[in-house]
Amino acid sequence: MKIILLWTDVMVWLLVISLLLWAWTVSRSPQVRKLWHTVFKSSIAMASAIILLFYLLFALLDSVHFRLATTTNESQSKTLQYGGITSLLDIMFSHNMKNTERTYSAPFATHEYTKSIVLNEHGVTKQEYLPLKYVGTGDDIIGKSIFAGFVGLVIVGVLILMHILWRGRRGLKSELPWRTAYLTFGVLIITFTWLYLLSYHYHVLGTDKVGGDVLYQSLKSIRTGVLIGILTTLIMLPVAVILGVSAGLFGGWVDDGIQYLYTTLSSIPGVLLIAAGVLSMQVMMDNNPTWFETTLERSDLRLLFLIIILGVTSWTGLCRLLRAETLKISQIEFVTAAKAFGVGKVTIIRRHIIPNLMHIILISVVLDFSGLVLAEAVLSYVGVGVDPTMHSWGNMINQARLEMAREPMVWWSLFSAFVFMFILVLAANLFSDRIQRVLDPRNKS
Amino acid sequence: MLSYIIRRILYAVPILIGVNLITFLLFFMVNSPDDMARAQLGAKQVSPELIHSWKEARGYDKPLFINYESEGIQKATDTLFVQESLKLFSFDFGFSDANRDIGSDIKERMAPSLAIALPTFLIALITNISLALLLVLFRGSVLDTSMMILAVMIMSISGLFYIIAGQVLFSKMWHWVPISGYESGWDGVKFIILPVLIGVFAGIGSGVRWYRSIFLEQINQDYVRTARAKGLSELKVLFGHVLRNGMLPILTGVVVIIPSLFMGSLIMESFFGIPGLGSYTIDAIHAQDFAIVKAMVFLGSVLYIVGLILTDISYTLFDPRVKLS
Repeated sequence: MKIILLWTDVMVWLLVISLLLWAWTVSRSPQVRKLWHTVFKSSIAMASAIILLFYLLFALLDSVHFRLATTTNESQSKTLQYGGITSLLDIMFSHNMKNTERTYSAPFATHEYTKSIVLNEHGVTKQEYLPLKYVGTGDDIIGKSIFAGFVGLVIVGVLILMHILWRGRRGLKSELPWRTAYLTFGVLIITFTWLYLLSYHYHVLGTDKVGGDVLYQSLKSIRTGVLIGILTTLIMLPVAVILGVSAGLFGGWVDDGIQYLYTTLSSIPGVLLIAAGVLSMQVMMDNNPTWFETTLERSDLRLLFLIIILGVTSWTGLCRLLRAETLKISQIEFVTAAKAFGVGKVTIIRRHIIPNLMHIILISVVLDFSGLVLAEAVLSYVGVGVDPTMHSWGNMINQARLEMAREPMVWWSLFSAFVFMFILVLAANLFSDRIQRVLDPRNKS
Repeated sequence: MLSYIIRRILYAVPILIGVNLITFLLFFMVNSPDDMARAQLGAKQVSPELIHSWKEARGYDKPLFINYESEGIQKATDTLFVQESLKLFSFDFGFSDANRDIGSDIKERMAPSLAIALPTFLIALITNISLALLLVLFRGSVLDTSMMILAVMIMSISGLFYIIAGQVLFSKMWHWVPISGYESGWDGVKFIILPVLIGVFAGIGSGVRWYRSIFLEQINQDYVRTARAKGLSELKVLFGHVLRNGMLPILTGVVVIIPSLFMGSLIMESFFGIPGLGSYTIDAIHAQDFAIVKAMVFLGSVLYIVGLILTDISYTLFDPRVKLS
């Protein structure tokens, strides 16, 4: 087994490490701890945070890539699809990847969705629904569901019991809504176990045009959505903070130059700037085929470029906010006093300006997240999104859209993509609402 | 006033030059004229002469930024960048890859774009403001809370879902309106109803939340308390004070997008087969037609800057405190 680090993997893990570091430093300050405590006091915030963590977990599972040592060619035929690179999520769902049907099938179906012409033993051609290749007899859904539900319940029970015992050591009293947390956690785990265990016997969410499993595709798309949502803001953050703070603090020609830069960038319609960037990038990648070896690396590089382009087009709003806020803060007495004491500029920025900008930065990070996840779908539709070979909700919608004209409709691909997206975006929106309410000083009244 | 407007327009020139520079860099540095010629002429074994004549026909044979062969000021002006920018500034967009005049194409496609964008904008504005006022009137009630939850949910659903669901329900299953197409004049109304309604509905979540927060900010101000203390009814306070004072932040957000309505909506137009500028852009992106994308980028930036100037002017009309100087 050989670990493969794709570019986006590196960034995701860097992000996770820096998040953990940040959480650790921040948790030492009692004020900030109290603030976060207030955020999680709301049961809605708690529930949505758990959902977000669940999505993040899938994104991380899908960000551990490695090449399996292949001994026999037969058993590995399907994993070689991506030049041998698989992720942990692929391993979990290797049965689904292998069980590719011929064409569409509805969720839990036992037969194909369209009739095919078959030759029966008497030599007569007939049209009939062929049975699916990798589905059981399909008689005992209820029994299997009960079994899956039981397994899920046991897992949830054990985990929650462990947590309660751990809490019990520190005294059970808590203002945090643990009951909601357990409930959300339980529903998520039980639903997932149910889907997962039944996916061994059925195509739980159906199959697409070429027979691929829709559940597997939806889960693979999580990584793309989450990455675009988080990494884009992460990439633009340093630019926006550095430029915004220096424009507000130094004034003069620095301020003029930075203002000119962001007015120019923001006057170009966003989609068009992204389209122009992506088109140029495509040409560049076509001219440099040596940058990548496999299709997976190619689509990964394209995702990285897309994230960078999205970052370049979206830092202007935050930069403008930060400039205005810095202007305001630098007029307040404590900054004037610090200046009078001869404190250096860098120290003033680090100790006085940045801490007072943190709430704006944090709010914009969580606010942008949901917008970016939704934007991915639209961009993929326009044709300037992620690589068409990459799993993403936008690509799923784009492919399934053409099948709406079919009678009866092929709805499950669209439905799954929209539901997976809706849950993520709703959780992000609710969480960002709560953060905004707690952190924004204007809401203190 | 006039001198202010002229100054603002002059201020827009460097910004437009910057926009040109960015698009120029994106299109010509990465995708050199030689590459474009090869892609256009198709065959792999094109002769250098053929490429040269193709470049000459489009004026792409000049150097990018500095022309060392020329003398004096010509060194800077006789270059691809300056020539291209000058053409754009005179709204001469040149020809697309399919050899159509982009300028006349744009003129032709503006009307269908507006036919969708303008009604959507107006209806959305009125609906969102009225709903927000209603919620502010009943603030803190069950109606308010449940509508706000609904608004978050509407916001969290992808716009593509509304379009697809609308087309399936209203066109495919109930046959109320045609699924897509366009006609000018009154016969075309049946084509634009669905896209307009979907556009309004998709924006209702974020719109109502935004207007509501603006009104709520006003309602906690001292002058509102004074007005109530004087014995004004809640409705009079709402329309006479809160709405009027809320107009300023609303203007900032709304006026700036009015000129951009000309650009149309990419997604709507391509889903509903409307021959407007949005679908024009999308087709150009799919066909990788750089000339059209460049023209649309320039047009979009011009319209945005016009919007910024209009915002400033509308301030003087609505807020007596603001003086342009």
